[in-house]
Amino acid sequence: MSLTLTDVTLTYPDGDSTVTALDRVTLHVPRGTTTAVIGPSGSGKSSLLAVAATLVAPDSGTVAIDGAGTTGLNRGRLAELRRHRIGIVFQQPNLLPALTAAEQLQVMAYVTGRKPAEARRTALDLLDAVGLADHAARRPHQLSGGQRQRVNIARALMNNPTVLLVDEPTSALDHDRGAAVVELITGLTRRQATATVLVTHDRSHLTAVDDVVTIHDGRLRKPNRRTPSDSVPPDCSEPARAGAEVRP
Amino acid sequence: MFVALRDLRFAQGRFALMGVVIVLITALVGLLSGLTTGLGRQNVSAITDLPVDRIAFSGPAQDLSYSDSAVTEAQVRHWAGTEGVVMAEPLGISTTRATAGGRNAAVSVFGVSPGSELVGDVGDRTVVLSVPAAEELGATTGDTVTLAGQDLTVTAVRGDACFSHTPVVWTSLGTWRSTAPPGTTATVIALKTRPDIDVEAADAVAGTRTTTRDDSLTAIGSYRSENGSLQLMRGFLFVISALVIGAFFTVWTIQRSGDIAVLKALGASTGTLLRDALGQALVLLVSGTLVGTALAAAAGTLVRDTVPFLLDPATVLTPAVTTVVLGAFGAALAVRRITTVDPLTALGSAR
Repeated sequence: MSLTLTDVTLTYPDGDSTVTALDRVTLHVPRGTTTAVIGPSGSGKSSLLAVAATLVAPDSGTVAIDGAGTTGLNRGRLAELRRHRIGIVFQQPNLLPALTAAEQLQVMAYVTGRKPAEARRTALDLLDAVGLADHAARRPHQLSGGQRQRVNIARALMNNPTVLLVDEPTSALDHDRGAAVVELITGLTRRQATATVLVTHDRSHLTAVDDVVTIHDGRLRKPNRRTPSDSVPPDCSEPARAGAEVRP
Repeated sequence: MFVALRDLRFAQGRFALMGVVIVLITALVGLLSGLTTGLGRQNVSAITDLPVDRIAFSGPAQDLSYSDSAVTEAQVRHWAGTEGVVMAEPLGISTTRATAGGRNAAVSVFGVSPGSELVGDVGDRTVVLSVPAAEELGATTGDTVTLAGQDLTVTAVRGDACFSHTPVVWTSLGTWRSTAPPGTTATVIALKTRPDIDVEAADAVAGTRTTTRDDSLTAIGSYRSENGSLQLMRGFLFVISALVIGAFFTVWTIQRSGDIAVLKALGASTGTLLRDALGQALVLLVSGTLVGTALAAAAGTLVRDTVPFLLDPATVLTPAVTTVVLGAFGAALAVRRITTVDPLTALGSAR
């Protein structure tokens, strides 16, 4: 069971022309594994996440979660899918200022209609898992940047998702904290058996992930082990699959 | 209302400010409502308390007016003999000064036939005082009141009837005619009718113009202008409250668009977010309205002896409910912006 994107193409208008954000992208991420997608700014990383998160419908191709396609679902069904099956870790933590750390997680249970008491227990367990058990009652302004990012990660896991989509989680963190966050994500991925896509432009934290693919001008390719570089011409003819031996 | 209640607690300053505005508007509307009703009652209670359902005015061609109407004996007789009429009583209404024991006051004199169902205890050379008239004249049962040069004995003091802001005294039609222009029979005909009556046909024959008792209130000039002005002010306050509340929630919704986008991206349905936001508006509206209404009621209780302020469930609850309903409407228009927030914006530079 997994996340699968098949021949996904996404374009959008840019003045009089059309920009191809994703060009026949095929990606398969099994559960319990983390696939890192690396690439420079504007390469299509965030577009890939947006399509995988069902926030944008591709022009062509399919997105399937645990084998079930998302094509043709209306907004309500897509929102339901995101509630129950998809966890999103935003680039900026995007925490709600009025809520405590525990409540940031509990709000996820609120939108799914889960019982408050059970939700509270799950939230505290997850905060414990990300090392913030003692910070459950703190609001975002009382947390450091790294702590806020960990709450962001825990929130994404609150509804026990099938798919975890992580957008540049280390962009606002120093190297040590960034590495710790990536290790946390990969650890939680294995523990919660999620199919995790980690988008980043920072290659320095990728030792912990299971697979790495590069994206350039909207095309995915497996990086060359010997000469990992974003300047290598992209090739999307073969789908990138998790579990490969390639490491940067 | 998971997020809404926490927002209320977190942004206490902003919501308190808006709450105070709602409290003040509701208190003002409540006070104005009590005053409008109190003033209205001071204008019309003598008519609304009449045990009749229709009033016949003279002259079909002219505007309805208690001050200009003058019915004839023939008109009274015609109405008394009309099929479907249970009771047709001539009623004289005029304003004059009354004197008792050295005190005098402007009063409305209501003249009725002795033994009329409109008011008991009225006979020649006697007068029934309303409580406000008795208080202003300092008179009570058995005292003598001078009306248009005639000394009349007070046979009873009862009711709080007022007409055109003056207290009412009841007397016989014969005595009343001495306060009215010469040759006047009565001002209007008070009618108690059955549902099957053909009013238009009777009016055509009698040369009168008949309306329901409640509609006849517009024939009191002071009531029409006063009530119209006060109702206009009240209406404006309702509209202003809806606009202010709508504006507040518009700004609030814009400010939290980022949070809404995040919640949508995480899977919150638009319906859930709308319910949350509307619930927040209702909590603010209902609590502000309750406090404002309590303030208005307390202020009304304090001033009711010096100002014609009427405090009853209708004057208290109607403006409160109206404020909540219109405020909720304004808030609903504001928070519908939630439906247009794109969850994609939560991802930042998604494209």
